[in-house]
Amino acid sequence: MALKTEEMVLNMGPQHPSTHGVLRLELELEGELVLNVRPHLGYLHRCFEKHCEAMTYPQVIPYVDRLDYLAAMSNELTYAITCEKLMNIQVPERVEYIRVIMVELQRIASHLVALGTFGLDIGAFTPFLYCFIDREKILSLFELTCGARMLYNYIWIGGLSHDLHPDFIRLAKEFVQYFKPHVAELNNLLSYNKIFIERTANVGVLPLEAAINYNITGPSLRGSGIKWDLRKNDPYSIYDKFDFDIPVGKGTFGQVGDCWDRYFVRVVEMEQSLRIIEQALEQIPEGDVTSALPKRVKPPEGTVYARTENPKGELGFFIVSNGSLNPYRVKVKPPSFVNLTVLGELCKGCFISDVIAILGSIDIVMGEVDR
Amino acid sequence: MIKQYFLNTWSGIWTVLVGMKITFKHLFTPSVTIQYPDVKVELPERSRNRLYVNMDDCIGCDQCARACPVSCIEIETVKSVPGDEVGKTSNGKKKALWVTKFNIDFAKCCCCQLCVFPCPTECIKMTSIYEFSEFERDNLLYNFATLTPAEVDEKKDSYAKLEAEKAAQKAAAAAEPKPVAAPAPEKPKEESSNN
Amino acid sequence: MIFDWLSSLIGNEIIAGIICACLPLFLFILPFALVAVLMERKVSAHMQDRLGPMRTGYHGIIQTIADILKLFQKEDIMSNEVDKPLFNIAPVLTFIGSYAAFAAIPFTSNFIGTKLDLGIVYILGVSSFGVVSILMAGWSSNNKYSLLGAMRSAAQLVSYEIPTFLVVVTLITVTGTTSLLNLSEMQTGHFWNWMILGGPGLNLTKFLLIPFMIVGAVIVFISTLAEVNRTPFDVPEADSELVAGYYTEYSGMKFAMFFLAEYANMFAVSAIVSALFFGGYQSPFGYLGNLLGVSWLVPFEQLFWFTLKGCLFVFVQMWLRWTLPRLRVDQLMTLCWKYLIPFAFANLLIVGLLVVL
Repeated sequence: MALKTEEMVLNMGPQHPSTHGVLRLELELEGELVLNVRPHLGYLHRCFEKHCEAMTYPQVIPYVDRLDYLAAMSNELTYAITCEKLMNIQVPERVEYIRVIMVELQRIASHLVALGTFGLDIGAFTPFLYCFIDREKILSLFELTCGARMLYNYIWIGGLSHDLHPDFIRLAKEFVQYFKPHVAELNNLLSYNKIFIERTANVGVLPLEAAINYNITGPSLRGSGIKWDLRKNDPYSIYDKFDFDIPVGKGTFGQVGDCWDRYFVRVVEMEQSLRIIEQALEQIPEGDVTSALPKRVKPPEGTVYARTENPKGELGFFIVSNGSLNPYRVKVKPPSFVNLTVLGELCKGCFISDVIAILGSIDIVMGEVDR
Repeated sequence: MIKQYFLNTWSGIWTVLVGMKITFKHLFTPSVTIQYPDVKVELPERSRNRLYVNMDDCIGCDQCARACPVSCIEIETVKSVPGDEVGKTSNGKKKALWVTKFNIDFAKCCCCQLCVFPCPTECIKMTSIYEFSEFERDNLLYNFATLTPAEVDEKKDSYAKLEAEKAAQKAAAAAEPKPVAAPAPEKPKEESSNN
Repeated sequence: MIFDWLSSLIGNEIIAGIICACLPLFLFILPFALVAVLMERKVSAHMQDRLGPMRTGYHGIIQTIADILKLFQKEDIMSNEVDKPLFNIAPVLTFIGSYAAFAAIPFTSNFIGTKLDLGIVYILGVSSFGVVSILMAGWSSNNKYSLLGAMRSAAQLVSYEIPTFLVVVTLITVTGTTSLLNLSEMQTGHFWNWMILGGPGLNLTKFLLIPFMIVGAVIVFISTLAEVNRTPFDVPEADSELVAGYYTEYSGMKFAMFFLAEYANMFAVSAIVSALFFGGYQSPFGYLGNLLGVSWLVPFEQLFWFTLKGCLFVFVQMWLRWTLPRLRVDQLMTLCWKYLIPFAFANLLIVGLLVVL
């Protein structure tokens, strides 16, 4: 006689060590096997879009920081680019260089958190802290420049709040030299560890077609093997001046598009960001960073959409202006939210441990998912 | 197949050893953390923490309150009456307003520094004080205004009197052809930062 | 022997027996657990470029005592839905399981709980006691995470007994004894008499045995590591997946019991590895007491070497924990059944052949 079995519904989150904040996953389990995953959102909803309507354009920037709080600079850049497009502002060359340096440093910082917490989800605690040590160094550079470590309010519409600190270029060059061997160390400690490979290779394989159908962007998309990076494909700012490669998943240890590929794309991207930073630090011109700041941000009537390649994926802002000081409508296209939609697809038929690994490899930030 | 099996075994052992070598090396690297309350990091000059308002320089222009995205600054001012010496700012400008209320709610403040830039006299600035936690949220409401409540009442009264006098004069001047009821004394201008 | 000495002192064998049974607990396991918890925190901290506890005492040396005091004071939280008898018994049972193993571990040549001829077999037997208590804890907690952790644990512990035992059998074929005391006595003298280096005697077989003994030591270390649920085999706890696994619902002293049992277990398996392969309590260089003619010094030296070796293996366990990620449940089984057991079998076969020749 067969035993009567029942599917178990396991409620993972909103308080759970590995759901990266307040994501709640409803898992339907058959033993260790996951039959279905339903993510529940909204625990961190802060009405960002509605809030913006009550703010003037510059006042939105501190709120924009709080979308993807691990990559606040990148969010600011996107918002600033959107507003500049709306107002037709041409920013000085030096501002563009500083922006690129900051955003690429931010990309490294964000990826370090992504890689570190991914390792933590898999069970390796130490790489997580090694990543955070390096991230702290980047945050100190930011603090030197604008005074804040996480939520900068640095990139403004038409310029920057401060010029670079006199020591910044020297310290940034030192950081680049310091950080290069640390990527290799991370690879030896975590990326090429057999247990780590076993845990991540062939797990959560995201085929290219599915990735495109789900509108996955960022490293998760490139992990599936397509060279799609807005910095190359739709260059904004001055990215067309730099020489860098777009890493893609190659299926080194398993199928293309598995967790390991998504993970390793981020590792290589950090190296490429270092290349961009090095070039930018060499070429940075002198100039005034506040010259193009508008006295009063009052864009003309109209709508605008601009997008950039954030560490998590493609972030876009759609702004409707009615010609007043406040935006009439701000709509965000958040990469984390879009990337999260594929979770249910990826997790069908895997183990509980794999759910954690897959969630870690798509690298979401709840601040951006819930807004 | 067999080769793969032994390769797996070997790579398993080898990568573990490589990892162990790295962590062992770190066992002897100096720690990056500090013993916080005993040792403190020196903050860079641009660090953004608690706000400070130099009331000697404040002209009560309300620009900081209007710039604040979280409306944590609350300013009330009263116009000075002639003969009332409000004082001068450090760059020699004459002040015309009594700042009767200058509250900053640090429970709300997000340290975005947007209030610092528009200030015409550079009297509101970010300091490097970051240890100001409180057990009661109300204690985080800082009052920077230098006037005592009695003084505030006095200033309000004298301004109201002035307004009343002015209104009476106006009324008197206007009343000659046709009498009009004197307008009620204008309330001190209340400004809030809610946009 | 301490038991004889105590019974002649007190005159009552039962009381002497009880005192003798409590001695390792109070003299060794509790202090060791305190030190080991601190050691774990310090090792992990320094591996991660941190400092670890620094406030209580010089470099935080009394941190664990403070923690234990805190755990004593804590409310014993128990949800209404738990299976109360099982829930209460489980932590005690875990501790009994790990404590019972100490009965047959020789601390010195003079101090061993009981001189069992089947010492190693007994230890392997009682260590599976842990499964029962973990299953009890997981089932009675009435928590899905606990249940999943317990189910994982049961499969894991039962599987990993096998490679351990196969390696032990290998050793039995070489030495012909199952008593840990005899085994330790055999490895006396210098470190080249240790089993990892082929055991006592000087002949060709010894040198031929060395590689297989090393393989055996590695296998027994890995599988005992899995038996005490340490990373990379901590799937029953799996803090990033199952919150805290089978002891999610425990708090206060009951949680401390699990904790204590874990550290006691860690030392027990380290002691087994060192007794099997690394000479147990034997000094690697001969004894100072023998050299000076002070015979009472020898047991203390033995205790020192025993503790040192135990701590060394505990350190390696911690080292591994703070280096490696965690395996998945199925990979855990793969490692055991597809890698450790075949290797242990091959090892047994070759060693058997070598011994026969």
